Amino acid sequence: MAARRATRWHIAVFLAPAVLVYTAVMILPLFGTLNLSLYRAEGFVGLANFRTLFGDPHWSEQFWNALRNNVWFFIIHMLVQNPIGILLAALLSSPRLRLAAFYRTAIFIPTILSFVIVGFVWKLILSPIWGIAPSMLQAVGLKFLFQPFLGQEETALTTLALISVWQFVGIPMMLIYAALLSIPDEVLEAAEMDGITGWSRFWKVQLPLILPAIGIISILTFVGNFNAFDLIYVAQGALAGPNFATDILGTFLYRTFFGFQLQLGDPNMGAAIATAMFLIILAGVCVYLFAIQTRLRRYQF
Amino acid sequence: MKKPIIAAILATTALAGPALAQDPVTLTIESWRNDDLGIWNDTIIPAFEASHPNIHVEFAPTAPAEYNAALNAKLDAGSAGDLITCRPFDASLELYNKGQLADLTDLAAMANFSDVAKSAWQTDDGAHTFCVPMASVIHGFIYNKTAFDELGLQEPTTVDEFFAVLDKIKEDGTYIPMAMGTNDQWEAATMGYQNIGPNYWHGEEGRKALIAGTQKLTDEDWVAPFEQLARWKDYLGDGFEAQTYPDSQNLFTLGRAAIYPTGSWEIGVFRPQIGDAFEMGAFPPPVQNAGDTCYISDHTDIGIGMNAATAHPEEAKEFLEWVGSPEFAQLYGNALPGFFPLSNAQVTLDDPLAQEFISWRDQCESTIRSTYQILSRGTPNLENETWNASANVIRGTETPADAAARLQQGLESWYKPGEAAQ
Repeated sequence: MAARRATRWHIAVFLAPAVLVYTAVMILPLFGTLNLSLYRAEGFVGLANFRTLFGDPHWSEQFWNALRNNVWFFIIHMLVQNPIGILLAALLSSPRLRLAAFYRTAIFIPTILSFVIVGFVWKLILSPIWGIAPSMLQAVGLKFLFQPFLGQEETALTTLALISVWQFVGIPMMLIYAALLSIPDEVLEAAEMDGITGWSRFWKVQLPLILPAIGIISILTFVGNFNAFDLIYVAQGALAGPNFATDILGTFLYRTFFGFQLQLGDPNMGAAIATAMFLIILAGVCVYLFAIQTRLRRYQF
Repeated sequence: MKKPIIAAILATTALAGPALAQDPVTLTIESWRNDDLGIWNDTIIPAFEASHPNIHVEFAPTAPAEYNAALNAKLDAGSAGDLITCRPFDASLELYNKGQLADLTDLAAMANFSDVAKSAWQTDDGAHTFCVPMASVIHGFIYNKTAFDELGLQEPTTVDEFFAVLDKIKEDGTYIPMAMGTNDQWEAATMGYQNIGPNYWHGEEGRKALIAGTQKLTDEDWVAPFEQLARWKDYLGDGFEAQTYPDSQNLFTLGRAAIYPTGSWEIGVFRPQIGDAFEMGAFPPPVQNAGDTCYISDHTDIGIGMNAATAHPEEAKEFLEWVGSPEFAQLYGNALPGFFPLSNAQVTLDDPLAQEFISWRDQCESTIRSTYQILSRGTPNLENETWNASANVIRGTETPADAAARLQQGLESWYKPGEAAQ
């Protein structure tokens, strides 16, 4: 006598708070922004804002410049932050390392610092006038290596990207560290029986097992970098100097949406830029989900 | 636009009758100058109330960054104060156009102000004035007098002398010749380009010609200040590219730099920091040839207007007349050294450096920053582009001619001279 099961109301009831809150604070504003980008002060204009953004040389030049800088910002993170994070995690998980908890905490601390503090501290460290960087270099006779890194078009963006790496290297480190710890000892012991130890154990056994974690970190870095704004704003201001060399999509959006100095805010063009950012991030995430994640092999222990 | 005036006139007749002893009317002032709260409460308001016992004034400032938004919201909701502190140019013009600021063209005290002083709070055609000018800031160069005496230097009056002085300071090596950095960009434009520029474009003449379209930013008079800025590079401190505005201030107040291109608002900041460490002096931007008329940027920064919806227009106007009077100019100028009253009245300032700055008004012609009126309404924004261009020129990454051409091209893309008045 299999009576039909009653409608399972509890599922909807338990899901409701999260769905409602998420809809109210994320989904509605998102659609509000998309909608805003189709209007101007005079009314509905279709895609005219996007035609201005990509067609008008004054706008498109700034947009592509910001996008280029953003891509470079991301590349630095992928090439520096994540390999260092993996390396640190590998070192930390070594059973012979003493004081591992201390290192772990010390490396993770910058992550919980405010952007304002990080930006300000690094600006002071690198200041050609008061900074300790020039005097430390002088002490070892390398003063000629010092440049006003944050003030030159060639070096400013890379410097800021490296500061951001310094701040956030703790996150990939922690995630990889957790992934490394979750590899059962049996697997490692079996490898040892086969004569695989030391670095080759890392390359041949551990690394393949943590690839899914690396994938997640890459996508988090991608989303984080293309939404970045705070550090650049704190260190270089809304005009992202020198000569827009550090302008990324976030600062471009801020300047346009809220206005700056005598420039009045333009919510509609700002929304158009925000929409473009959303689409870029969406495209990146889709590439990851469909082209990369599906090919990663997972191992169940 | 006419309605508020009629309302004001009607209110006047209504109030004129019973002028017997009454409780004082309370007027509230909206302002972003929360730094000045003490000065208003302790000095300015008591002085006004002493001579106007029928009016009680309250100064109610908001944080500077929130002021525009908060004020707009209050005006729309009808809860704004009776008196409104006015930002210069477009922000206030917009309020007037919406009918939220009353027309004050007929205020008797307006006669105490020059056209330049009023231009920040007028319609584009200059026919209506809606705020009483309160204060301006003057650009120039502050220098370390003790260092100048030590090196046997005189205040330069011409550009050649200026660079000769810079050369000597550089040769001596004790001091950084000039404290300025390009990291924050605005100093390069505001304290650089807008500081020395008026001497080249002849102040108001050039500024108005630019708005009228008879001059272009690529004309010799507008490129020349960039050419001078490009020469500054050699006299700035090591790593000036990454030097911020507070860095420059500190370099000067610590006595490490000899000359500081600036505006008068620094007087109040520098005085307590420097103390007796050294003596400060100031000179106006040097002219091209000895004997040339000098021009200074005497930039209109703060005004005060009347909420068109105020319940006490008569008392508010009384207060505004007082703000336009020599008595107010005297009080305000001394309470805030470096913020100069815009009134034509002779004002005696106690601070010697402030006296020096204000004395240039007699020797030189006054003008305001060239990018502020009308020309920064569109995209790309001329003021912000000028920041970028000035910083580039000082760093030597863009030639003066290229920078000027880029600014002109950006301006032409949206600004059609002659349409401004509409």
